[in-house]
Amino acid sequence: MKLIKAIVKPHKLEDVKEALSEVGVDGMTVSEVKGFGRQKGHTEIYRGSEYTVDFLPKTMIETVVEDDIVEAAVQAIISAAKTGKIGDGKVFVLPVESAVRIRTDETGGEAL
Amino acid sequence: MKKILRLIPFLLLTIAPGFLFAQEVEVAAAAEAVDQVAEVATTLDSGNTAWMLTATVLVLFMTLPGLALFYGGLVRAQNVLSVLMHCFAIACLASVLWIACLYTFAFSDGCSWLGDLQHLGLRGITAASLSGDIPETVFIMFQMTFAIITPGLIVGAFVERMKFSAILLFTALWLILVYAPVTHWVWGGGWLQERGVIDLAGGIVVHATAGISALLLAKFVGPRADFPKKLHIPHSPGMVMIGASMLWVGWFGFNAGSQLAANESAGMTMLVTHISAAVASLTWMLIEWKKTGKPGLVGIVTGMVAGLASITPASGNVGPLGAVIIGFMAGFICYFACGIVKSKLKIDDTLDVFAVHGVGGIMGTLMVAILGTAAFGGTGVDDMVGQLATQLFALGVVVAWSAIATTLIVIVCKFTTGLRVDKEVEHTGLDQAEHGETAYHFE
Repeated sequence: MKLIKAIVKPHKLEDVKEALSEVGVDGMTVSEVKGFGRQKGHTEIYRGSEYTVDFLPKTMIETVVEDDIVEAAVQAIISAAKTGKIGDGKVFVLPVESAVRIRTDETGGEAL
Repeated sequence: MKKILRLIPFLLLTIAPGFLFAQEVEVAAAAEAVDQVAEVATTLDSGNTAWMLTATVLVLFMTLPGLALFYGGLVRAQNVLSVLMHCFAIACLASVLWIACLYTFAFSDGCSWLGDLQHLGLRGITAASLSGDIPETVFIMFQMTFAIITPGLIVGAFVERMKFSAILLFTALWLILVYAPVTHWVWGGGWLQERGVIDLAGGIVVHATAGISALLLAKFVGPRADFPKKLHIPHSPGMVMIGASMLWVGWFGFNAGSQLAANESAGMTMLVTHISAAVASLTWMLIEWKKTGKPGLVGIVTGMVAGLASITPASGNVGPLGAVIIGFMAGFICYFACGIVKSKLKIDDTLDVFAVHGVGGIMGTLMVAILGTAAFGGTGVDDMVGQLATQLFALGVVVAWSAIATTLIVIVCKFTTGLRVDKEVEHTGLDQAEHGETAYHFE
């Protein structure tokens, strides 16, 4: 099992969700985060004073999937989230030690 | 020792009303008899009364919630409740002080420096008392709403870092030492009024006093911790616009109501007030558009406030052309004044009280001498140079007195309540630390 962590532009969330659904991934956890990479922040000006905003709002999608569909899931995320403009985000893949479905106590792949 | 010192001002405020209502003074009785003889001649005009009742409502609305929301949206989310609280508490405090002693100091005959005590605690005033051709109760209420909003304006200078107890103490002392006397000088039959100063609705009494006091208070309290390197953007520009819109609407009560009548003067005053607001807004918007590339919402409404503050003293004398000129000057001058106070003077007058209200009010107070002449379509100014000198003199005296009094009051606050909150409190926000509440819970 692998944990896929994807940080994408907020307006791409729907597209990513649908693309993941098409490759068989129907569960995920989504959070509103902020951050920056090469895409720096921006400045806003109010009443003659400059305010720098370093962090940009992003959406983080986390989903745990079986090893055999990791590649497909990552590709789905990338093609759905890509705009070609700076700030598209990143995808990380981490190993997962175990998983349990709370309601039924199922473990491993059955829990996903 | 500090605790005892801190209690003294509050004790005074609570004991004082007891004395006010207990005593009868012969001088008051005699003055009252004279008043009543004079008042027999005028009768109540219900048209004027109806308008003044309405105007009072409009001006209170400017503070609650107009000014509160206008300022609230400009601060961080963790401080919005504290700003709303300041405006609300100041409104309540000013109301009580107004009936206790401020009204009598401002509007009783007394001498040319201060009213006497004949109406301490509204003594001698009944439902039937008249002030001109409106009930005196209505006049008291109308003027009270001015006493409410003026210290409310000062809030903008010290948001996000001043202690609530200090704010209450400062407000109480400021109203007594600055607002009441200056009101008497300009509107209550005092010496500046006798010299012929023109200030219809408070360019001097409200905006100049609040502006200069705010500037000094901002200096004494000290800047926000992150000023000027790291500033926080307004947490709700939408809230700012909503509050500003309420100010625009309410300002018709402020200016046109100051004519104390439902007549042609009130009509012209309303018209020029509106023109100045609109022109100043567009001026600011265009300047900001040119300088930053984008016309902002916070900017355009700030321009509006500048235009309204500037027309306030002049709205009884200028015509539409004068209003256009004042509006344009307000948008222009106040735009750059904001930058000057923060970057050149390096004073963290956080919500630009001096740059917008102070500078605007002062500019309008001077311009009325020029634009109130017939040449500019104005009325009531014949001697431009003489009037300008009077306006300048009045401003000089009032600004100087406001500055001196503010300094003294700050010293009192420093040694009783203390001025600033802890650095830690400043970083996490005043709402939770000073008021035990949070504005936004996202669940």
